Amino acid sequence: MSTSEVPKPVAGVGGWLDDRFHGARGVRVLMKKVFPDHWSFMLGEIALWSFVILLLTGTFLALFFVPSMSDTVYHGSYTKLNGISMSEAYASTLKISFDVRGGLLIRQIHHWAADLFMAAIMAHMLRVFLTGAYRKPREVNWIIGVTIFMLGMLEGLFGYSLPDDQLSGAGLRIFEGVLQGIPIVGTYLAYFLFGGPFPGTAIVPRMYILHVFLIPGLILALITAHLFIMVHQKHTQMPGLGVTERNVKGQPFFPYFIAKGQAWFFFIFAALTLLSTFAQINPIWLYGPYTPVAISSASQPDFYMGILEGSLRMMPAWENNFLGHTISWSVLIPALLPLGIVFTGLYAWPFFEQWATGDKSFHNVNDRPRNAPIRTATVMAAVAFYGVCWAEGANDVIADRFQIPLYTVTWIARVLVFLGPAIAFWATRRICIGLQRKDAAELAHGYESGIIRQLPNGAFIEVHKPVSPEKAAVLGAKEPIELLPGPQAADVNGIPAPSGQGGMGWARARANRAFAETVPPEENHNGHENGHAAVTASSRAEELPDAEH
Amino acid sequence: MSDIEEGPIPPRRVIGTPAPAPNLLATQDRPGGEVAEEDRLPSEPQYKAHADNAEKIVAACFVLAFLAGCGFIAAYVGLEVHSVDAVLRSNLALGTSLSVVLLCLGLGSIIYVRHVMPDVEVEEERHDMRSTPEARQEFQEYAVEGGQASQLGKRKLARRTLMLATAPLAAIPIVLLRDLGPLPGTSLRHTVWSPGRRLLLYGTNSPVTPADFEPGSMITIVPEGYTDDADALAKATVICIKFEPGQLQIPTRYIGSTLIGTRNWTVDNIVAYSKICTHVGCPVALYEQTTHHILCPCHQSTFDATTGATVIFGPAPRPLPQLPMTLDADGYLVAKSDFTQPVGPSFWERG
Repeated sequence: MSTSEVPKPVAGVGGWLDDRFHGARGVRVLMKKVFPDHWSFMLGEIALWSFVILLLTGTFLALFFVPSMSDTVYHGSYTKLNGISMSEAYASTLKISFDVRGGLLIRQIHHWAADLFMAAIMAHMLRVFLTGAYRKPREVNWIIGVTIFMLGMLEGLFGYSLPDDQLSGAGLRIFEGVLQGIPIVGTYLAYFLFGGPFPGTAIVPRMYILHVFLIPGLILALITAHLFIMVHQKHTQMPGLGVTERNVKGQPFFPYFIAKGQAWFFFIFAALTLLSTFAQINPIWLYGPYTPVAISSASQPDFYMGILEGSLRMMPAWENNFLGHTISWSVLIPALLPLGIVFTGLYAWPFFEQWATGDKSFHNVNDRPRNAPIRTATVMAAVAFYGVCWAEGANDVIADRFQIPLYTVTWIARVLVFLGPAIAFWATRRICIGLQRKDAAELAHGYESGIIRQLPNGAFIEVHKPVSPEKAAVLGAKEPIELLPGPQAADVNGIPAPSGQGGMGWARARANRAFAETVPPEENHNGHENGHAAVTASSRAEELPDAEH
Repeated sequence: MSDIEEGPIPPRRVIGTPAPAPNLLATQDRPGGEVAEEDRLPSEPQYKAHADNAEKIVAACFVLAFLAGCGFIAAYVGLEVHSVDAVLRSNLALGTSLSVVLLCLGLGSIIYVRHVMPDVEVEEERHDMRSTPEARQEFQEYAVEGGQASQLGKRKLARRTLMLATAPLAAIPIVLLRDLGPLPGTSLRHTVWSPGRRLLLYGTNSPVTPADFEPGSMITIVPEGYTDDADALAKATVICIKFEPGQLQIPTRYIGSTLIGTRNWTVDNIVAYSKICTHVGCPVALYEQTTHHILCPCHQSTFDATTGATVIFGPAPRPLPQLPMTLDADGYLVAKSDFTQPVGPSFWERG
């Protein structure tokens, strides 16, 4: 047994620490913690490592950046702007880009990492949503994750606005205009945030402290909680042979997962560095310093703010006068409604699903997306809604690239924002059910082996072979959803079920039936009606199928 | 750590079935702390020769990473910045070398995990998150016990005065934010334009006469005395467009009794509109000569310049305000007055 020769550092330092912290058993449990393997489990890790890279590169940038809107006249290496009056913030960003060695690289890594952080969170959220990994007992971690995403949007907005360039200044102007549109408190909010009329000189230092201290602090705390809860509850796993609700299969944290995580960190850092070397991002020197007088066309925010931009562009000009006050629907609706729908939906979904399915049990094995058609269809409807709003944010670019009239693009978006989610929901649900049928058929009849046999009566058949146990475990992983009492349900004594009463009862029964819809498993007979022969578990491929069937 | 606190919970067992076999899970300890030999991680990889080869590749990766790291330092020391070309060279050298460092470290690490370390799959038992009924019972009992010992349930006077005391405390952080900015007052209703203030060409800051205009062109105008004041310009920036005679058809319009647009505010077929979009305040910077459409590049609100900048398309709720304009004694364009309605985005108090 190799463990008898414990090296000195482990025994000595470990002993020293254990004398003081009593950690031996706890640390051992942590080191042996099993992490299941699946490619989709690495998406959240991308977000984690992007955040680490953001902290590292952001600290470097903060050493040089001057968060001030005081006027200065530029005399630096970027000669095209020589003698131009600009803010200290913009001038110091030029300095980082042109006069600090590696400054441009780090600044571009920081910007790319921010985009990757948000993109990875989106992909990770889709994974968690589509596989039902948010179900009991993980609802709280889901809520934490959605909150991180929301904070990430704000953090990104403040971050890319800091250089005080023409493009981000236009973004801030829009932000201020939207704030003004909020009923009753809007003008006060705008004046308090900007320290008076737009643009003022307060906004950059204020965004700076929020961007480098408050919001990253909150995100860091939430990420820590997110990871602790994940470790404490143990990771979910995808269905497979030997995978149950009571176990977790995979590789231990030490030395396997920690080494893989390290490799993944280096790969993500390498990808971001490659992007920053070869793909220019946010060349603020081309935009020039901010002035409220000018603007460039094709002004788009970073992609994660595109949903807001597109909603603003899509909205018709609606405005009301209410008792002498202006209610600016053309600003309020796009600013609040799309993100309101998305975030309320994300927060509420786990609880809505529990209410609809009546399912209060623990779930450690994830669903395959096809096995939860309503959930998957809802996700795809949300993706369609988000996607239309997002793409409309670049309507001018789309019109230009595809030679479509600008207003036509907007009109298509106005229609698709309603129609798209409906089509996506319908199509996804049909596809899921079709895939379930295919799984059931494969499980019952086996797979097409490509072997053609001639029967004694002269007919030709293709022999089907039973799927492997590993595959069967995956194909048969769907758990049925219990049917709740319907609206008119009554027990044997004629007493109506309390859960089925009233409007809520009706709604719940309807939702429940939608969720519980299932594809009946096919009988384990051979499918001669399809012209195929099946091989059951007991018969072998070499044998001829039972002639009776 | 937390797993220990929860304590082991026997797996679910259906009544009438045999008891589960002795557990062979890797993390399951035998009595006396012994770990079964078959549960230990293998100390050697399955195919040693393969692992030996993999180690060489891993080592090559790490050596390459070392060399690229040295290259990064050399590029940092050797390549100066301070010009666009130099920055591009430096960025390419630093970025490429750093990419190679990181890529090689990643590759080396993952090849090492997958081909040098022995492949294992272990299984660990999950514990219910739910505590045992006894543990819950004990918690609830103590919570009640502690609550009673605190006396807060009975001592209404102390409890209510405590709540009273915290109310202003909670308001203090909000109160403290009051001095973040001045109250808006009526400042959103006014700009710096005043009777006789000259219109200056943006960029050169020179006063303009009607003769400076070409028909069909749109120019940006800033108010005299405020050419560098961003706060003033954010509201007061103006666009001027000159038309051919007969093209301009600005109707005379009122809001209540306030005149907001009229042909009389134009000079020699030149009209002045606020450049600040009535949607969310972007400068409306695009002008299409043939259609006389002014387009905001942010959200594509489109205004017809010939008819008083009425909205043709997009989310802007109202026309761009028109600046009353006249000529001064020297023949330069000047404002007749401030705008007669608030410029820029809507706000609650706008009315």
